[in-house]
Amino acid sequence: MTAASPAGVSTAGAEALAQRRNRALAKFMSNPTALFGAVLVLTFVVLAVFAHWVAPYDPNKTNFLMLRKAPSAMHWLGTDEIGRDILSRLIHGGIASLYAGVVSVFIALFVGMPIGLVAGWFGGWLDALISRATDALLAVPFLILAIAFAAALGPSLTNAMIAIGLSQVPIFVRLTRGQVLAVKTEDFVEGARAVGVPNRLILLRHITPNIFAPLVVQATLTVATAIIAEASLSFLGLGQQPPAPSWGSMLNTAKNYMDSAPWMSISPGIAIVLVVLGFNLLGDGLRDALDPREQ
Amino acid sequence: MSTPAGSDVILSAQALVKHFGGGRQLLSGRAPLIRAVDGVSFDVRRGETFAIVGESGCGKSTLARLILRLIEPTAGKVEFDGADITAIGEEDMRRLRREMQMIFQDPFSSLNPRMTVGALIAEPLAVHGLASGRERAERVADILRKVGLPPEHAERYPHEFSGGQRQRIGIARALATGPRLVIGDEPVSALDVSIRAQVINLLEDLKAELGLTLILVAHDLAVIRHTSDRIAVMYLGEIVELADRDALFEAPLHPYTHSLIAAIPVPVPGARGARQLLEGDPPSPAAPPPGCRFHTRCPHAEAICKNERPALRALAPGHTVACHLAERLPPAPPAVTTVSASTAKRRRLELFAGARPEPVSATS
Repeated sequence: MTAASPAGVSTAGAEALAQRRNRALAKFMSNPTALFGAVLVLTFVVLAVFAHWVAPYDPNKTNFLMLRKAPSAMHWLGTDEIGRDILSRLIHGGIASLYAGVVSVFIALFVGMPIGLVAGWFGGWLDALISRATDALLAVPFLILAIAFAAALGPSLTNAMIAIGLSQVPIFVRLTRGQVLAVKTEDFVEGARAVGVPNRLILLRHITPNIFAPLVVQATLTVATAIIAEASLSFLGLGQQPPAPSWGSMLNTAKNYMDSAPWMSISPGIAIVLVVLGFNLLGDGLRDALDPREQ
Repeated sequence: MSTPAGSDVILSAQALVKHFGGGRQLLSGRAPLIRAVDGVSFDVRRGETFAIVGESGCGKSTLARLILRLIEPTAGKVEFDGADITAIGEEDMRRLRREMQMIFQDPFSSLNPRMTVGALIAEPLAVHGLASGRERAERVADILRKVGLPPEHAERYPHEFSGGQRQRIGIARALATGPRLVIGDEPVSALDVSIRAQVINLLEDLKAELGLTLILVAHDLAVIRHTSDRIAVMYLGEIVELADRDALFEAPLHPYTHSLIAAIPVPVPGARGARQLLEGDPPSPAAPPPGCRFHTRCPHAEAICKNERPALRALAPGHTVACHLAERLPPAPPAVTTVSASTAKRRRLELFAGARPEPVSATS
């Protein structure tokens, strides 16, 4: 480390932090698949945010002269069984998918992380109790669990998000607990105890910042799962309610016209594949970029 | 060893025991019981530097953590200023930590990588409510200057510093609250040899300046030879010899101490041979040998050593040893035996000495 000039010393820390971030960023930017994932996700996000302006038609406007029309210059992706523009519904449906994906993962993170912190830090019977409960929940297939929660809460997009989020809590509990167990044996944690830092602050200042990177990666990857889950719940009628558009419910109606109007199912299907692919590639890229072993 | 609660004793360990494992496990029956510290007692006097020496795995780091109650003892107690700290509640203990601090072995892992140096040093001040706002920043700058770092470094992160500098940060953090007792757990063993003296000297200076009591844990005698007042030698969880520094170096009584002294590297060309170095590793603390724990590696061991556990006994005022044979043992061989150099070597050395501005003291 070169000695900083007296005028520059006060910003040296910020520079170092920026350098570390830059290293991760540079690594991310030099990874073409990760960039591709980021671009995919960004595209869907932009489309969803500006859906109102981007979509060529009102997604709920029916047109009985244009029932189940194949893709054309007027309707790029065709129309559905009551003459609504599929492209517009796809763009507006993205809102529900992304929203559900992100919100449910936030729910999972903010419920799961504190539980995992407590289990990992305090250990003992509390840890045993939490871990066994987590194991039990993880033994149930994720989607089945989400369906059970959603059915219990009642069909609506909000409830679907809560159901998906709750079903993902065990993943974050387990990940957080494992990370805490790894970090808590570090000397600096013992050092904090030796100094007399209360448990609460050790968890907040010393543990949490040092376990955040893997949680961010997991969250990104889980968004992809959550989007599939939302589509599945909507497909089953437990998520977004008609006539509001969602990729899952579009697939649900489209399945009745697989022979006569395949475009109705193909485009939401491809949309789901692309956005899920995007989040997975983004998550993988983040994992590589944030890998502590590389720093 | 009884402890008079005299005012010159700042810390007193009484029959401290720490066993790890031994609990029942689901499938494998019992976990092996590790006797890391097995009945250790000693007093540390106010203002002295007390050293604890022993090889890896002898329980010295465990002992350091027991003293600070970073881990709970299996038995025994620790008195700080006459009060039993193993009996007080967690919150009282946390407040008491202001008075007793620790410097860690590894300066790379003992500082949170995501906190600035300033935040690291300010934290103890904050959690003990000692200073806030502007005053806190000034105290941090003061402490940094005291350990020989420019106050501007408060803005930087630990990874920007060298090992020696980081250890200075560790020392600054330990001293921030104005403790009376500081325990250094091998504070220099992770540092380059060229930096060790600097850090040790810094500790000595700060000790004098701030009136600290210092407990230094080390794995060899080289580091503490010039700094400690009294030395406790540990082997397999027990203290085998405890004496003033000079007594220990001049008339060591325990064969293990002999070998530790013999292991100090001697920077004398021509020094050869007569070192009596221990072979093999210490036995596992999960299955300590019966009788004297050192008998498996002791060159003088007799039948009694295999059967009877020697108690610590005072052979001279302030000099205790746990060895059946202490009175009868031959005195420790001189640490250095020099071999007379060949004529050719002597000539080379003379030429070398002649070429240098200051003469090198020739051997033999």
